[in-house]
Amino acid sequence: MALLDVKDLGVSFTTNDGTVNAVNGVNLTLDRGETLGIVGESGSGKSQLAFAIMGLLAQNGTARGSVKFDGREILNAPAAVLNPIRANHIAMVFQDPMTSLNPYMRVSEQMAEVLVHHKGMSKSDALAESLRMLDAVKIPDAKGRIRLYPHEFSGGMRQRVMIAMSLLCRPDILIADEPTTALDVTVQAQIMQLLVELQREFGMATILITHDLGVIAGFCERVMVLYGGRVMEAAPVHPLFADPTHPYTRGLLRAIPRVDHEGGELDSIPGSPPNMTRAQQGCPFAPRCDYAGDDCVQALAPLTEFAPGRWRACNRSLEELA
Amino acid sequence: MFAFIVRRLAIAVPTLLLLIVFSFLLMHAAPGGPFVSERGLPPAVLANLNAKYGLDQPMWRQMLTYVWGIVSDFDFGPSFIYKDRTVNAIIAQGFPVTLTYGAISFVVAVVAGVSLGVAAAIWHNSWLDYLAVGISIGAQVLPNFVMAPILVLVFTLWLGWLPGGGWEGGQWQYLIMPVVALSTSFMASIARITRSSMLEVMNSNHIRTAKAKGLPMRKVIIRHALKPAMLPVVSYLGPAFVTMITGSVVVDMYFSTGGIGKAFVDSALNRDYAVMMGVTILVGTLTVLFNLLVDILYAWIDPKIRY
Repeated sequence: MALLDVKDLGVSFTTNDGTVNAVNGVNLTLDRGETLGIVGESGSGKSQLAFAIMGLLAQNGTARGSVKFDGREILNAPAAVLNPIRANHIAMVFQDPMTSLNPYMRVSEQMAEVLVHHKGMSKSDALAESLRMLDAVKIPDAKGRIRLYPHEFSGGMRQRVMIAMSLLCRPDILIADEPTTALDVTVQAQIMQLLVELQREFGMATILITHDLGVIAGFCERVMVLYGGRVMEAAPVHPLFADPTHPYTRGLLRAIPRVDHEGGELDSIPGSPPNMTRAQQGCPFAPRCDYAGDDCVQALAPLTEFAPGRWRACNRSLEELA
Repeated sequence: MFAFIVRRLAIAVPTLLLLIVFSFLLMHAAPGGPFVSERGLPPAVLANLNAKYGLDQPMWRQMLTYVWGIVSDFDFGPSFIYKDRTVNAIIAQGFPVTLTYGAISFVVAVVAGVSLGVAAAIWHNSWLDYLAVGISIGAQVLPNFVMAPILVLVFTLWLGWLPGGGWEGGQWQYLIMPVVALSTSFMASIARITRSSMLEVMNSNHIRTAKAKGLPMRKVIIRHALKPAMLPVVSYLGPAFVTMITGSVVVDMYFSTGGIGKAFVDSALNRDYAVMMGVTILVGTLTVLFNLLVDILYAWIDPKIRY
């Protein structure tokens, strides 16, 4: 049995402009210790997918389908089921460390409360453990800094605090939602390096959500490419980079800037992400796809496994794309 | 922080002096005087009275004498209207009354207003939210000069449960209606501010983090949401507290409580210069003090604010 089993997950939001279908029929499984990358542009639904799993959707959001953790249904589950799992078994690192930590509370308090709540530790034990975790995420002089407030840390340090906080209960699954997006490039590399090391050390299964394929390549075993709230392609990381089978994945890979690129402009995918308020029948990528035909506007082929572990959803056959 | 408090208290001195100068000038600029009546006094009597109370002196002289009296003897002068009564005595008699019903009203308004606002925000768009918003709008639009007679009508004249007025050393029966009349509109404002601020905080990223920690809703609210949500409320509370403890004309008049709210309005109507000045200085001093207190509270709530 997979540790995390997501079946036909859909997320929609009721807004003044109509219903927004942010995630449509996503399936994924995650085994213990496995690393899965979810890539997609802004608005592809990758963050909402994570929020739905954690039960953290905004008030106007609803989730359909099924999310099973260790065989137990947790989608739309009551707080009594969800709360013991949150942070304790499935923890999350958020995108923006500037606002995701509580600015009115000392870091020590914010960290210790997790252990006091889930593990029933005494305050002093919880503080000692929090300090150990701050050391593990390589915060210099953690002992002197644990009593500080979040605004007294730099952005990169705050994200380290966030990561340390998420790992306190040694969760089975860590969901990192664009953990480096809000940070400087050099700091991004440090944080990713840290995540790689921590993942090896603690061995938790990890879902890394990002729009940066380069980050995925260095971290994940499997990749899922999301577009318009649908899975376009899913594969182990090496085949995906070596031999992408979906026009969208190919576009994404071409758009990565390369050091050895000779002059000229950067490649980009023409057009912009779809308007999610419209009802979607066809392939969401069709308007931007070089290979799209009339059939693509009508319907999207189901996600099918064309080789072991490799899945694609495209109306064009591999030969047609060659 | 200590240096900040000392600095602020030092600034308070020129602030209060300016307050005295402007009130003094404005007061004397208004036509009429304490001894002007419809029948008119004989000129000789008027001249004598003016001389006795120093009103024949040039304005700067009067002001200096007045300020010196306060600084040297803490003497706010004699009342111009009530013979044998000093301003100190009038305030000493009326202020404890307004302080009592004002402070109780303040506590009632804060407890009820914050609870109502928090409940409305947490059960946003539920019947409870609509009820809370309804109550606070109703309480806001119902002025206390309408509410006070209604209270008297219902609880004194119809039901006969409560005395229609008086103070009697502040026994509880005499306190209920003044407190209700005074606290209602403040409660409504506090509820509205709390609700909107709480709604904003509950949608912030750090609350999402708190939920992701698996904390029960009660802990998320008490430990993570309440403190930041109180910031806008606190800045409202400073001036509100001063307004409440310095009393309300309406409450003093309808319930004959004998507080300084009525004394202040009477003094303005009678041109009782000394009482006007005394009450003005009292309110000014309290305002300065409670603004300082609000700033200190701010720093306690928000660690990013340091002085």
